[in-house]
Amino acid sequence: MSNYLIYFLVAAGLFAFAALFALFGVYAERKISAYIQDRLGPTETGKFGALQTFADILKMIQKELIIPSKADKWLFILAPVIIFVAVYMGFAAMPWGPGLVPSKVNIGLYYVFAIISIETLGILMAGWGSNNKYSILGAMRSAAQIISYEIPAGFAIISAVMIAQSLDLQVISTQQGVQSGETIKFFGFWDVTNIGGLLSWNIFRAPHLIVAFVIYFIASLAESNRAPFDIPEAESELVAGFHTEYSGLGFAFVFLAEYSMMFLVSMIGVILFLGAWNTPLPNMGALKLADWTTNIWWGIFWVAIKSLALVGVQMWIRWTLPRLRVDQLMNLCWKVLTPLAFACMLISGIWRLWLM
Amino acid sequence: MFKSAINGFITAWKGMTLTIGHLFASKKTREITRVSDDNYFKKLEGTNTIQYPKQQLPVPEVGRYQLDVEMDDCIVCDLCAKICPVDCIDIESIKATEAIGQTSDGTTKRLYAAKFDIDMAKCMYCGLCTVVCPTECITMTNTYDRTVFELSDLVYEFSDMTKEEAEEKRALLEKQNAEKQAAKLAAMKKKEEGQ
Repeated sequence: MSNYLIYFLVAAGLFAFAALFALFGVYAERKISAYIQDRLGPTETGKFGALQTFADILKMIQKELIIPSKADKWLFILAPVIIFVAVYMGFAAMPWGPGLVPSKVNIGLYYVFAIISIETLGILMAGWGSNNKYSILGAMRSAAQIISYEIPAGFAIISAVMIAQSLDLQVISTQQGVQSGETIKFFGFWDVTNIGGLLSWNIFRAPHLIVAFVIYFIASLAESNRAPFDIPEAESELVAGFHTEYSGLGFAFVFLAEYSMMFLVSMIGVILFLGAWNTPLPNMGALKLADWTTNIWWGIFWVAIKSLALVGVQMWIRWTLPRLRVDQLMNLCWKVLTPLAFACMLISGIWRLWLM
Repeated sequence: MFKSAINGFITAWKGMTLTIGHLFASKKTREITRVSDDNYFKKLEGTNTIQYPKQQLPVPEVGRYQLDVEMDDCIVCDLCAKICPVDCIDIESIKATEAIGQTSDGTTKRLYAAKFDIDMAKCMYCGLCTVVCPTECITMTNTYDRTVFELSDLVYEFSDMTKEEAEEKRALLEKQNAEKQAAKLAAMKKKEEGQ
């Protein structure tokens, strides 16, 4: 019985985290965009406008959920739920610290990628159910984009998995720090098993994984429908894309899913390439920085900080680069990222066979 | 293909260094200086936008914004209403029975303004009315920020006469007109009799 209680608590905790992160993310996004454009952003509600997003969400949940009369009611109502749940369930397999993971799945990475692909289904349902040409156009674009970009993302991930030899996210995490059971070599020649820190992260275990990380990062931008790959919700062309017709809580869920997705893809990137919950500080002689800063609490801290930093980069990119055209988007995916990701996978195989 | 991709990455990176520079650069709040200030345009570097309702750029006292009428100086000549390209000035005049007084520049006033309305919602701020005004009673002021809840509140009424006063003046004029008419008729009759 108490087991089930813990399950519920963990689920509620993750939901609370996703909701709070979305609020913080919207605030951070508004502030970052403001500073980039030499503005100040929200300043009136609370100190430095910190309560602005709370005020926004309070207003939003009071609003009416309008269902267009020609919409497909079931699809229309279910879509935001499916979009959010798909992202939310991805958090289940994410490790937060040594021995701290909501669900210990030995094919965790596979599961995460399968479950967040369901988001596409939700987006298609939202687009079709709205019975609005902008929505359906946005949904079609979104589906085409997400399915295309899953290929380079998948191959970039496989090249990391081939080095790690596991799909269990906790195993992959443990390998990248001082608690690793096997020897870690910095760029394949320097044994850093007992030094740990930054040097034992996956991107430094093999140089081509830096390329794989960049590929994954670009593809993850496309998968979370963020600029410069935001053609599914291109405001200047499609009003708001697949969520044009949503109001009130339905819209809130779509937004929540977008921000949770940003954090989730960043967290996957951190776990696979940037040392997961491991510290960036290496052991230096008597200064056992890596040993001192590796435990559950530090783990939560490091993984959160690294993921937030990546989310910050996503926002920075969004407020810098203009949107890609559809053909440019597909060109980049199929002609640049996919061959590069293939090459990374090939190098990973060779690396594993000859250098490890 | 790869060349353009690499070029894309390089230019993207250039853009990103630019925006990260701005992310940390815009620390200063803008100081309020006039346009005539020598380093007015240098203030743009590394500063935020003006926090408008709290901070306002100074405008000259002789700014060309909303219209104002000094009714004491108005001779109700209707020139402003005639020149107005958008017909936003609506004047109704009543002839006075005698000279009412003088404007500050010595012109004799002979008309009452029963109505002098300017619809600021229609006004296009061209300033033609201020140019044609013979007594310079209609001027543009430095007021530019006015928000109202009712559109009708944007019709500025400058006439200083009450309805009763206007009625009274109308009655006086009619009485005078009737007297004149009577005198005229009497004169005509006399003339006819004389023939």
